[in-house]
Amino acid sequence: MKIRNQNTIPSKYVLLILVIVCGILLGAERFLDGGGPLSWIANYTIVPMQRGISYAGTWMSDVSDNFATLSDLRKENEQLQERVDQLTIDNTRLNQEQYELERLQELYKLDQNYGDYEKVGAHVIATGGTNWFSTFTIDKGSNDGIREDMNVLAGSGLAGIVTEVGPNYAQVRSVIDDESNLSGMVLSTSDLCIVRGDLTLMEDGRIRFENLPNNDNEIEVGEQVVTSHISSTYLQGLFIGYISEINVDSNNLTRSGYITPAVDFTNLQEVLVITKTKADLTAEDDAQEEGE
Amino acid sequence: MKRKVITACFIIVCFLLQSTVFSVLQFASIRPNLMIILTSAFGFMRGRKTGMAVGFASGLLMDVCWGGVLGFYTLIFTVIGYLNGSFKRLFFDEDIKLPLGLIAGSELAYGLTVYVCFFMMRGDFRFGHYLIHVVMPELVYTILVTIILYQVILHINRKLEAEEQRSASRFV
Repeated sequence: MKIRNQNTIPSKYVLLILVIVCGILLGAERFLDGGGPLSWIANYTIVPMQRGISYAGTWMSDVSDNFATLSDLRKENEQLQERVDQLTIDNTRLNQEQYELERLQELYKLDQNYGDYEKVGAHVIATGGTNWFSTFTIDKGSNDGIREDMNVLAGSGLAGIVTEVGPNYAQVRSVIDDESNLSGMVLSTSDLCIVRGDLTLMEDGRIRFENLPNNDNEIEVGEQVVTSHISSTYLQGLFIGYISEINVDSNNLTRSGYITPAVDFTNLQEVLVITKTKADLTAEDDAQEEGE
Repeated sequence: MKRKVITACFIIVCFLLQSTVFSVLQFASIRPNLMIILTSAFGFMRGRKTGMAVGFASGLLMDVCWGGVLGFYTLIFTVIGYLNGSFKRLFFDEDIKLPLGLIAGSELAYGLTVYVCFFMMRGDFRFGHYLIHVVMPELVYTILVTIILYQVILHINRKLEAEEQRSASRFV
């Protein structure tokens, strides 16, 4: 038999040591800023593997999509053609209104346009593996100019916010996560509300809104909710979703209900990261005001 | 040495599966918890120290890669590994009831800890809802996956043990 080391430490002391290490890690969290050297190691070991798997998965789903039948494609093409026609008409009308708006904005010296944030595309390479939180990892990090608190879009809607950045990856907390909480605005009436994710609603893919003032403005199901101007981390005017249910609270002062997000969180593959944070914008505004 | 490398591979592969493949294989937005299976299985197969080591490594990996508080999962998984290691004396290869029971117990303990630390502490007392909609479905799904994954771990463990015995007897 192999000669075994007789002076090994009893396992309960090992447990004690490890628990103390965990305690130190928990305490060091605020100085390390999300892993510190550990996240650097993960960046060059785990993240490339996740990237590989997710690319392979995307490739495979692309291949299986190629087997869609011709008749389905024709039908879809017809529908899309109709859609294009409709959108062209809308677009012309909106263009006219846009010119008018620009003219009026010039008159009022309001030239901020919230639709034109600079964006950078990224792939979703992994999701947080627990059932309690809804986070995902994207394949761009501080090397690509991603910073904390940057807003993330998917398609036309708000998907989440960057919470942690490594050299080549970034963690995003989605808006349906239980810890997500942001200030929203009903587009048609400009009434403000609080939009918060809720784990109990996550499986239906809905989020809750609260504290909408119960005033004379009539708000119906299907109206759009965007991010408001009072949030400190979310940029103004990003589309969150449509109201799917609205009720007056028992206090008769506020209204609350549910929003169906514009983003389908079950199948996120590509996202757009807005490369300006709200802090940048407000800092710019302050600098301008000081300059004047 | 070989055993350590294989264990590390197990942890990394399960972690990758958990964060990529199983996010597609969700049922009702619930995915199983492979890391619990791994920590628990290595615990009762190999004893307290291995359980703790595997728990510590997988917990640290989860903490670093999934965000949240650094050290939280590490702590839970280390303790789970240790507790499972205490059942090594009762463990026999052929019996599947003890592994299933232990993994289910670990999963339940993990779910309850996450609920208490992240939800109850924030004043969210809808425990019944979370139990029915998150903890129990995850437990059932994890048990289903265990039946497959456990066989793989068991098989490789047996092979390694046979090999170790052979190489040990060579030195007599």
